[in-house]
Amino acid sequence: MSQMTEAEARALLTKALAFSQTDSCEINISGNVSGNIRYARNTVSTAGVGEDVTLVVQANIGKRSGVATANEFTDEALERTVRRAEELAQLAPENPEFMDVLGPQEYTTTQAWVDQTAAITPDDRAEVAAASIRPAKAQNCVAAGFYNDTAGWQAMANTKGLFAYHRQTRVNFSVTMRTEDGTGSGYVARDYNDVAKFDSGAVSSIAVEKAVASREARAIEPGKYTVILEPEAFVDLLQPLGFSLNARNADEGRSALSKPGGGTKLGEKMFDEQVSIYSDPSHPEVPTSPWAGDGQPQRRTQWVENGVVKNLAYSRYWAEKTGHEPVTFPANMIMAGGTGSVEDLIRDTARGVLVTRLWYIRFVDPQTLLLTGLTRDGTFFIENGRIKHAIKNFRFNESPIIMLNNVDALGTPTRVRGNLIPPIRARDFTFSSLSDAV
Amino acid sequence: MERRNFLQYSGLAAGALVVTPWGKTYADWNGSLTAIPSADKKQLADTALGAARSRGATYADVRIGRYLNQFINARETKIQGVANTESFGVGVRVIANGTWGFASTNDVTADGVARAAEQAVAIAKANAKVQSDPVLLAPQQGFGEVQWQTPIEKSAFEVSIAEKADLLKAVGEAAAAGGAGFINSGLFLVNEQKYFASTDGSYIDQDIHRTWPNFNVTVVDKASGKFDTRQSLSAPVGMGWEYLSGRPAGKIQGPAVQTYGQFYDMVEDARLAAEQATAKVSAKSVEAGKWDLVLDPSHIWLTIHESVGHPLELDRVLGYEANYAGTSFATLDKWESKSFKYGSDQVNFVADKTQPGSLGAVGYDDEGVKTREWDLVRNGVLVNYQAIRDQVHILGQNASHGCCYADNWSSVQFQRMPNVSLEPGSAPLTPDEMIAGVEKGIYIVGNGSYSIDQQRYNFQFGGQLFYEIRDGKIVGMLRDVAYQSNTQEFWNAVSAICDRRDYRLNGSFFDGKGQPPQISSVSHGAATTRVDGVNVINTARRI
Repeated sequence: MSQMTEAEARALLTKALAFSQTDSCEINISGNVSGNIRYARNTVSTAGVGEDVTLVVQANIGKRSGVATANEFTDEALERTVRRAEELAQLAPENPEFMDVLGPQEYTTTQAWVDQTAAITPDDRAEVAAASIRPAKAQNCVAAGFYNDTAGWQAMANTKGLFAYHRQTRVNFSVTMRTEDGTGSGYVARDYNDVAKFDSGAVSSIAVEKAVASREARAIEPGKYTVILEPEAFVDLLQPLGFSLNARNADEGRSALSKPGGGTKLGEKMFDEQVSIYSDPSHPEVPTSPWAGDGQPQRRTQWVENGVVKNLAYSRYWAEKTGHEPVTFPANMIMAGGTGSVEDLIRDTARGVLVTRLWYIRFVDPQTLLLTGLTRDGTFFIENGRIKHAIKNFRFNESPIIMLNNVDALGTPTRVRGNLIPPIRARDFTFSSLSDAV
Repeated sequence: MERRNFLQYSGLAAGALVVTPWGKTYADWNGSLTAIPSADKKQLADTALGAARSRGATYADVRIGRYLNQFINARETKIQGVANTESFGVGVRVIANGTWGFASTNDVTADGVARAAEQAVAIAKANAKVQSDPVLLAPQQGFGEVQWQTPIEKSAFEVSIAEKADLLKAVGEAAAAGGAGFINSGLFLVNEQKYFASTDGSYIDQDIHRTWPNFNVTVVDKASGKFDTRQSLSAPVGMGWEYLSGRPAGKIQGPAVQTYGQFYDMVEDARLAAEQATAKVSAKSVEAGKWDLVLDPSHIWLTIHESVGHPLELDRVLGYEANYAGTSFATLDKWESKSFKYGSDQVNFVADKTQPGSLGAVGYDDEGVKTREWDLVRNGVLVNYQAIRDQVHILGQNASHGCCYADNWSSVQFQRMPNVSLEPGSAPLTPDEMIAGVEKGIYIVGNGSYSIDQQRYNFQFGGQLFYEIRDGKIVGMLRDVAYQSNTQEFWNAVSAICDRRDYRLNGSFFDGKGQPPQISSVSHGAATTRVDGVNVINTARRI
């Protein structure tokens, strides 16, 4: 039951929609089989497998709508959940911003499913943990890691004839290596749709190297530094920017993309001209669903081109109200980069700080997108093109808008959490205090 | 939940639905909202426990859970979503060959639970190959068949959708009347129906309720392009609809603003929020430097949560969370020294899973341990951690603290933060009296931006409202305020705590921990607290 083909999903949705007695009805269903293993202190701590299905029914009566969910697909459950959504729709007040369900849509195809990933066994997971713990023990490090594999599908249909189906597999891996004396720490994370691309032992060794190299960290004064952010760190500052690409908030004057006196920064140059960002659900390196939860197609969308804001996300309601085409939020983030590695960026740096990972990032001021957070798991001082020594972690207070105006150079993009992100070297990055944390 | 309650929950008059369209499942509880007879749950649980034992498990527990949520959200006066969610299934956890294994399924039948038990044992055996130390469980007596329910006056699930929608509309109108251009508001309502059984001989049926009304008001000054926000000063609570009654007993007239305690007046708070956000836009930008801070309970709960609650989770201290939430500066050697000064002498932190109205209150935790209260920091000295059955032996203690939790039937239970509260001061002291003694300070109300490192040393916190104190008096509002400090330095700089009359609970509905990540809800009690000489930064920037 937890895996369903396109034909099976279509048949189930057709049956469920037949229960609908309101003006319109839209049903999303999904299911997955997922397994994981977690280890710490060089031994397995927890592991499990689970399977679940989700049924989400939205019933609409005029401009009223109600949503009910369940996690089973029996005929009784389908009818019961449709009825519950209808009951809620009857009770809900009218929503002046209600948009009726979409008719049939065209979607691109994305290759996000890999059979081998869907066939992972408990023994495979145990071997991933063992292969990660081996290099840790060899270098007197302590491994804490997590490996999760998911094979899932999702489908939707509505009473206007829309139907969509997508399935994907994914493995997510991360490990923190700490030296036994607690003075060094390193981290790596990888995610793939295809498990064949993943080598637990090799990537775990990178984290061990970082842990060993980050020992004997020295304190340097907080202040403004040229920084090199590895993609794992950079993505954490780009994602809040992605969330802020909301046309409505910008139009309403409550966003970093609003302009004093009214209007938005759409079409304006906000960043250094090396900055170009787009999203594309069918990119072979980072494939994801070609449709959004309300059935809108996810298309390749250019958000920033040579520093100029090219698109903002418009909900269907806001698009209609303002005379724009609807634009869905980014399905992923793909940032153009250069051709060099992190090592190449270091080689061209006279004085700076290498940041391998950031942590606990929160908005401080939405007006400027000011963020705070800390460096973690390996921070290094660079002088004359070489890493001189490890340094103690910093707290930063910085806006990605300011940082993307201070771009020195970009390296080759790599996959990070479903995105393609380059390493970056940027000037005048603000570190505001020191942290004793390792 | 009784069938009768569900009819009210869905808003239909009971009489209108004598014959259900799904009458066939009315008697068959699987997946419906009808209360499941305890006898049926016991039978299923025994099936799972038996299957686990027969495959070689030396310990097993089973949790049959039904999780009901209702979410209603509004934008200005427009109700934008009404959703009821339901999740029903079973999780089985076992020890086999000295190793944990866990499996879950939404197939809540005898066959389904037996299969999950067998999978859990298979996983435990696979992992035993890479396990170095066998699991050592603290002994736990069985309680037989027992029940517990959150003490509530009125279930929020029994209140009609119309009443809830009217409330959020009134909130939207109040914000507009107060001068706000925008308000997003919402009601989060949770009911966990959990049945726990274990090979220790417990069969525990619990019905848990939580409620969280909240909003965020935005005021925009179009000409300057400046905008500011003020979030609700409500607390998420382990209460029913009575929290939203707005009873006068819940209103607290603080030194500069009104705040709320046991009961909440959402409409009034929306109007006040709009007025305060308007004032915030043109408030004076703070001068960076050292300030004495006077921190309202609606603010300091989050500092407690991050810098006391998390670092004293024993699994973090031991490294089990190193790859996600992090480790802790509060290492075992500091605890063993019996002299580690976590805070000044008057600082006492107490953990509990029992405070009425709190988010953490339950009768038994998710591994069948009866809940209680215990000290974490006494007279400023670190005295204990938070630990569960498989780790408490590391502290040389032989009983779990009773703070094990899983956020769903499909999640494996593990150590989660209980309520962690700062004891009020023993000498009589009101917030007004506290402020009268401050020469140069900032009074902070409400929680804002928050960030702390992975070992819980360095933190930075914002707030909702900031008032400048000069020579014992509040002289005006400030903006762009955030403070940075270090956990030990900060709590050792506490110079005064108001008395029990000012003690209030606040908390988090969505505390995250673990991989895969799980959420939990936790309360933190405190009275207004003074902390001296804290580093304040100015967060204003130009882009």
